[in-house]
Amino acid sequence: MRDQVLPTDAPALSAKDVVKRFGSAPVLDRVDLSVGRGEIVVLVGESGAGKTTLLRLFNRMISADEGEVCVGGQNVHALNPVQLRRSIGYVQQDGGLIPHWTVLRNTALVPRLRKMASPDDLASVALQLVGLPPDEFGARRPGELSGGQRQRVALARALAAEPEIILLDEPFRALDAITRAELVEAVHVLLQDIGVTTLMVTHDIRTALEIANRVAVLRGGRFEQIAPAAVLRSSPESPYVQQLLHRAGEGTAA
Amino acid sequence: MGLGLFWLGLAQVLCPVATLAQRTPVVVASKPFGESFLLAEMFAQLLESRGFEVDRRLGLGATEIAFQALRTEAIDVYPEYTGTGLVAVLDQSPEGSAGDVFRAVSGAFRERWGIHWLPPLGFENTYAIAVRRESAEADGLRTLSDLARVADRYIGGFSPDFIGRSDGLPGLQSAYGLQLQAQRSLLQAVKYEALDLGEVDVVDGYSTDGLIDRYDLVVLEDDLEFFPPYEASAVVGRRFWDTRPDAVRALSELSGMLDEEEMRALNRRVEVEGEEFESVARDALTRMGLVAGPAVRIVREGEDREGSLGAYFIDRRNELIDLTIRHMLLVIVSLLAATLVAIPLGLLLERAPRGAEVVIRTIGLFQTIPSIALLAFMIPLLGIGIRPALVALFLYSLFPILRNTYTGICDADPAAVDSARSLGMTEGQILKYIRFPLAIPVIMAGVRTAAVITVGTATLAAFIGAGGLGDPIVAGLALSDSRMILSGAIPAAVLAFLADGALGIVQRVVTPTGLEIAE
Repeated sequence: MRDQVLPTDAPALSAKDVVKRFGSAPVLDRVDLSVGRGEIVVLVGESGAGKTTLLRLFNRMISADEGEVCVGGQNVHALNPVQLRRSIGYVQQDGGLIPHWTVLRNTALVPRLRKMASPDDLASVALQLVGLPPDEFGARRPGELSGGQRQRVALARALAAEPEIILLDEPFRALDAITRAELVEAVHVLLQDIGVTTLMVTHDIRTALEIANRVAVLRGGRFEQIAPAAVLRSSPESPYVQQLLHRAGEGTAA
Repeated sequence: MGLGLFWLGLAQVLCPVATLAQRTPVVVASKPFGESFLLAEMFAQLLESRGFEVDRRLGLGATEIAFQALRTEAIDVYPEYTGTGLVAVLDQSPEGSAGDVFRAVSGAFRERWGIHWLPPLGFENTYAIAVRRESAEADGLRTLSDLARVADRYIGGFSPDFIGRSDGLPGLQSAYGLQLQAQRSLLQAVKYEALDLGEVDVVDGYSTDGLIDRYDLVVLEDDLEFFPPYEASAVVGRRFWDTRPDAVRALSELSGMLDEEEMRALNRRVEVEGEEFESVARDALTRMGLVAGPAVRIVREGEDREGSLGAYFIDRRNELIDLTIRHMLLVIVSLLAATLVAIPLGLLLERAPRGAEVVIRTIGLFQTIPSIALLAFMIPLLGIGIRPALVALFLYSLFPILRNTYTGICDADPAAVDSARSLGMTEGQILKYIRFPLAIPVIMAGVRTAAVITVGTATLAAFIGAGGLGDPIVAGLALSDSRMILSGAIPAAVLAFLADGALGIVQRVVTPTGLEIAE
């Protein structure tokens, strides 16, 4: 059963007029974004564009200098950061699994932190969901897994407590092309199946176009365009977006 | 109630006190060289023959440590030289005859610290500047003035304290205009050998030294009478003087009983002929008629010092086992205490990173204090024996463990830490379940480093009477007995090796393969 922490009318995630500076240089420069319930939004951009910074505003791993960041209509600064983080799934690019814990224990982390009933059962379900039978993989340690398997465990860990929202930070970056293609497909199917609100960061526009309901192109701390994949393909709003699509072999003829 | 009953009661109250005073052992110490061992052993045997219990702390430490120990009443008596007391302790320059110096020194010590110099033993042991016989003959050297003429071709090998003391090299240089080509700081034990091998050309020895004969050296005459008189005497502490007049009386029986020739002969028997200093002391006391008993001549096991090291070890195995156990005790207790302090402190500092570097560097400063100096500083605070040694070893062990703990904690798998935090682990949970377990191999590496350092440093604890494998090293250095030195050094090396190995096993056991979140 899903947590019912979100009011039905508010967007799952929203950022209004957000500014974030590291030193004097703004990394995010008056950014607005809204992610509806069950929607999959993918942030695309080059490194340094501010993608990860924006992502981490939502679980308060980073605080905005200006503007308002809300989860479920509530300002994140009105929420206890630890409770907030426990309610949102998170996957980072190299998994970040706890190396001396078994796969099952890693996966059961959030259910256990939230003191949910039978965390190991929840973990088993999540592992099954990501295609790692718990009987075969549960007792292994991260060091005994392939890169793709580790990312699957990280995804299972993010999903085990059945959160309404998950944040994915370049989950496919460290993988080889074949493994990546497999995993992208699997994740796409999975996210649609369970209907979890998803905000994902990637530098790869093809991945974004494949998975996203809407793609948000970020450049130098500002959005170039936020649109469904089809719209982005058919009518890119800026030369940069056009260029991105072109490079990915997805562009319309200029 | 009758008066008789009152006296009886008083006697009952006082008696145990009197008995206690009689039973408290007299703590006899010496400085770490042969003659001091021998004199202290004579003090000890004389006291024992008069019915006193004696606690020997032979080879306790050089002037600074021995004097500090006496001043703080950690020891009761040790042999000292008037010139040393005057120059090294009182920081005065000598004037007048031997008698003048004795009166000046004993008066000042009594006034300042209540320390009493018993009447001199009867001989002087002054510095003896010595050269090889062939250089004396080649350069026609007889006096120090002769040496000054040719000094620019000579390399000196001197004790560190001789180089520093105003009654040592600096004074000698200005008195004689002596300018050597170069000088090296050498320990007493290796000085003569370096001279014999031609590594150095002139050394500072003691005039009663038994080794001067052994190496066929020529002692140069102090023709300008630069060196102050160094009359040997027993010095006793304030409380001992006040509360044990009978023991003081027994000790003063030795006053005037030794002359320079006698002392040199006794030293030679220990340092050259390899007799046990205990039996030489016994022999001397017997011949003076101070103690009854056979004057036996015991040469150290194995006849001479060239005998097999293995036989020496087997012969002394019980003693060596005791010393090894005591050494291990010193290491284990101080290391355990340092581990119990440094690991929690390292964890604490991870939470207060701003103060961390300051705290760690401050503790690192202890590492820069030479061990002998640190041990000497401990004496006024903690006396001598095992307590100051444990504290010093504890301080030395802190730094490597603390540094490794902090580094291991801070550097623990950043990705795992970041994702754990992002999923809602508190900082405390991250420390407990992620940082600490992941840091264990690094922490254990610090403990192992500290263990090996501590095994080595603990040998120096012998200088402040803590015992352990440093005892035979210090005594062996003082008596120039290399087998005795090795009988401490080899077990210490083996111990360091085993400690590292044993902790390697501990490391494998405690390194986590899995940890659960407890509620």
